Amino acid sequence: MEQPEQNVVANPQLNQLAKSQLAGPAARQQVQPTPDTYIFDTKNVSIYYGTFRAVTDVSLSIYENEITAFIGPSGCGKTTVLRTLNRMNDLVEGARVEGDVHYRGASLYRKDVSATAVRRRIGMVFQKPNPFPKSIYDNVAYGPRINGVRGRGKLDEIVERSLRRAALWDEVKDRMNKSGLGLSGGQAQRLCIARTLAVEPDVVLMDEPCSALDPIATGAIEDLMREIKSRYTIVIVTHNMQQATRVSDRTAFYSVLRDDKSDTRTGVLVEYGRTDQIFQDPSDSRTKAYVTGRMG
Amino acid sequence: MSTVTQAGQAVPASALAQRRSLGDRGFQVLALAAGLLVLVILVLIAVSTTQQASSWFTTEGLSGIFSTTWNPAAGQFGALAFIYGTAISAGIAIVMAVPVSVAIALLLTEVVPRQWARPIVYVIDLLAVVPSVVWGLWGILVFAPWIAGFYSSIGSAVKGVPVLGALFGPPTSGASFFTAGIILAFMITPIVTSLSREVIATVPAIDKEGAYALGATRLEMIRGAVWPHSKGGIVGAVLLGLGRAMGETIAAALVIGSSATITSHLFAPGDSMPAVIANEFGEASGVFRAALMGLGVLLFIITIIINMIARGIVQRSARRQRGA
Amino acid sequence: MAVGTERPTLDLREPPSWRRTKNRIATALMVVAAVLVAVPLGFVLYTVIARGVSVINWSFLTSPIPPQVAPANVGGIGPAVLGTLEITALATVIAVPLGVLGAVYLNEYGGGGPLARVIGFMADVMTGVPSIVMGLFIFSIWVLHFGFSGLAGAFALGCLMLPVVIRSSDEMLKLVPEPLREASYALGASKARVTLTVVLPAAIGGIVSGALLAVARAAGETAPLLFTILTVTTANPNVLKGANTALPAQIFANATSPYTGAQARAWGAALTLIAIAFILMVAARFVTARFTRYQR
Repeated sequence: MEQPEQNVVANPQLNQLAKSQLAGPAARQQVQPTPDTYIFDTKNVSIYYGTFRAVTDVSLSIYENEITAFIGPSGCGKTTVLRTLNRMNDLVEGARVEGDVHYRGASLYRKDVSATAVRRRIGMVFQKPNPFPKSIYDNVAYGPRINGVRGRGKLDEIVERSLRRAALWDEVKDRMNKSGLGLSGGQAQRLCIARTLAVEPDVVLMDEPCSALDPIATGAIEDLMREIKSRYTIVIVTHNMQQATRVSDRTAFYSVLRDDKSDTRTGVLVEYGRTDQIFQDPSDSRTKAYVTGRMG
Repeated sequence: MSTVTQAGQAVPASALAQRRSLGDRGFQVLALAAGLLVLVILVLIAVSTTQQASSWFTTEGLSGIFSTTWNPAAGQFGALAFIYGTAISAGIAIVMAVPVSVAIALLLTEVVPRQWARPIVYVIDLLAVVPSVVWGLWGILVFAPWIAGFYSSIGSAVKGVPVLGALFGPPTSGASFFTAGIILAFMITPIVTSLSREVIATVPAIDKEGAYALGATRLEMIRGAVWPHSKGGIVGAVLLGLGRAMGETIAAALVIGSSATITSHLFAPGDSMPAVIANEFGEASGVFRAALMGLGVLLFIITIIINMIARGIVQRSARRQRGA
Repeated sequence: MAVGTERPTLDLREPPSWRRTKNRIATALMVVAAVLVAVPLGFVLYTVIARGVSVINWSFLTSPIPPQVAPANVGGIGPAVLGTLEITALATVIAVPLGVLGAVYLNEYGGGGPLARVIGFMADVMTGVPSIVMGLFIFSIWVLHFGFSGLAGAFALGCLMLPVVIRSSDEMLKLVPEPLREASYALGASKARVTLTVVLPAAIGGIVSGALLAVARAAGETAPLLFTILTVTTANPNVLKGANTALPAQIFANATSPYTGAQARAWGAALTLIAIAFILMVAARFVTARFTRYQR
């Protein structure tokens, strides 16, 4: 697996895993998730907006080349936790993260860590497709351009590769100069995914990527997720439980702690495990109530 | 006809019919009249000033607009020198004010946290509240004498240099196109800044987040997400600033130098439409006065056109934002 | 949770690069721009205060205007202060009610129809008409028939204030929530009654604040007065008849004078004018903070 960008520090562990994956399913069986192959490790993470504690005490690990789903009722902080993984909460005034968030062993919130470096490796797709008011080509080329890729040939190659990976190439290859705003919802979202893939990230975070799309477009995105998970690690926030069962390997269920005295709601991680276990045999009663539909 | 209800009470149908009292209708008429007043005033301005300027139009004809000879004593009233002066001083003001204003607007919307934004906005508001005549007073008594020194040094430095020498050649006193341009720049900065801020604030946050999520620095985000959205609106804001700079009278009247000449020397004294009207109207009569009125008509037409274009652009870009 | 075997930690610090430098330069330029704007303001205020404060005292504000040659400690600008106060007050009385009524038309009766849109658009355009044109207008239409007077000056200032008041009042009326009107209608009130008893009181804070700012602008205008009041040096308490004077006009007359006494009086008048504008601005902010219920 070639790394086109010069800025990524080669991780021998990653290369090892990649090689073993290329070796085929039998070899891949041997690299079942072990404590070594986790990408994110959060320990006792609490997130505050000012003095308001939005999420409390989240500890979990996200594993490589898996799709992990965050589910839970609205207001439980799943999006907040997701955004913590690529330092997008920095953009909110007064947001503060306590606890450790480690990405491949490196702490994300240390003083000298550059947020832009983090976000280049950990990309994000948003709930509402947000293509730039530029051409389709320029949308996908934006990321590589700001990372210094100049030559037209190189950019063409990256753009085509990213659009193919996002399963959008055939539909737009003849109108690359048309505005990205003119695409349908599903296409626009795939454009945003292509744009994210163009910078060759390590992880792709998705915040309810299908909630603004119709069922057919949703299906296309879900197929896409399954296809690309061999190259990337995906964390998806979804309020659609069926979607979680369809695509994810692991699921984290969040819920809300209501403090009646101050009338505040704080998100909390209730249970985290393999998807089939969470949905068929959950350990916590709250999880059971949610997944069987007895609660919001 | 009456309808009988259960309890046997008759409710005359006419009681339910809508009756607009005189007071209600009167209020509506009043409000409509107040609204129409805007249109009426604009029309009256055009009509009355043109009428007052008619003797100038009849003597000089339309060629008067393009003639450079302004000699009231000899009865010659060519307007070109003043149109030139207005354009040049406003142009200098725009060139200086726009980058600064847009930079401040970006600073306020993208860079500074909320608490720091307020004192900066306060300074901008304070800048806006300084009356034109105070700018002019300070300009002529303090600023012009001070900057004359700079003009001299720059002038002698570029003497003989092809383009620069023509632009920044030997100056005289400090009252000049350039000085007027600088003061006008100070005066239009508040409006261009606040309009640009409004335009930039309509950029959807989700677009900005999309850029950041790709690992963009703030500058890259601004170029990728903010600029394409705000381009149009900022052009509108710039045009409005231009209109304001062209119409600004008193500050220009005091510092532009009152010399009706067309010259490329930016440091030389010149004159502009509003300035000459303000300075000469008191003693003018007959065709002279009509000529000054005519300049006023020209100024009115130019600023109305610029404002209409600008407002149209700003409205259209705002509408596109909401529709997108 | 154990970190596992030794892994080379990812270096997330951005290497010093042209991108970061460009970003830093851009930020620095923005700050420079803000400073660039504060500096001349500081100079002007400093000069006006420094030169004006030595001249100002109660007698200065009330004494008659001496000939220009008179030294600084003789006489004062009393007539101009009187003139500014009475002319501006008259202009306010004329323009503000009309402006508010115009905004009422746009918001409550206009209904977004073509006439309302044209009026709204032209009101915006009218805010850009140079003040000198307003002066020439009133000269043509009033002064030539009825002579110079404070009233003519008030008309000219009123024309300047009208579109500004319409626009700012319109913004405030738009902010009043629809449910408030609906509740009043549901009680059987007519549109006029709803407007006068519910909508206007709800928006009054913002309307007053907008009006105060319009007054502040009008008080400082010179050009409209040059053609309407015939700057004299005697006080004229009759604002409706006879030539008058005002602070900005007096400053303009003295600014080109070679006599230091006249110049000193100009500085004193300038300080007075700025003080008036400043007080109005602070009052506007106060009203906004305390009495405005609905803000953007």
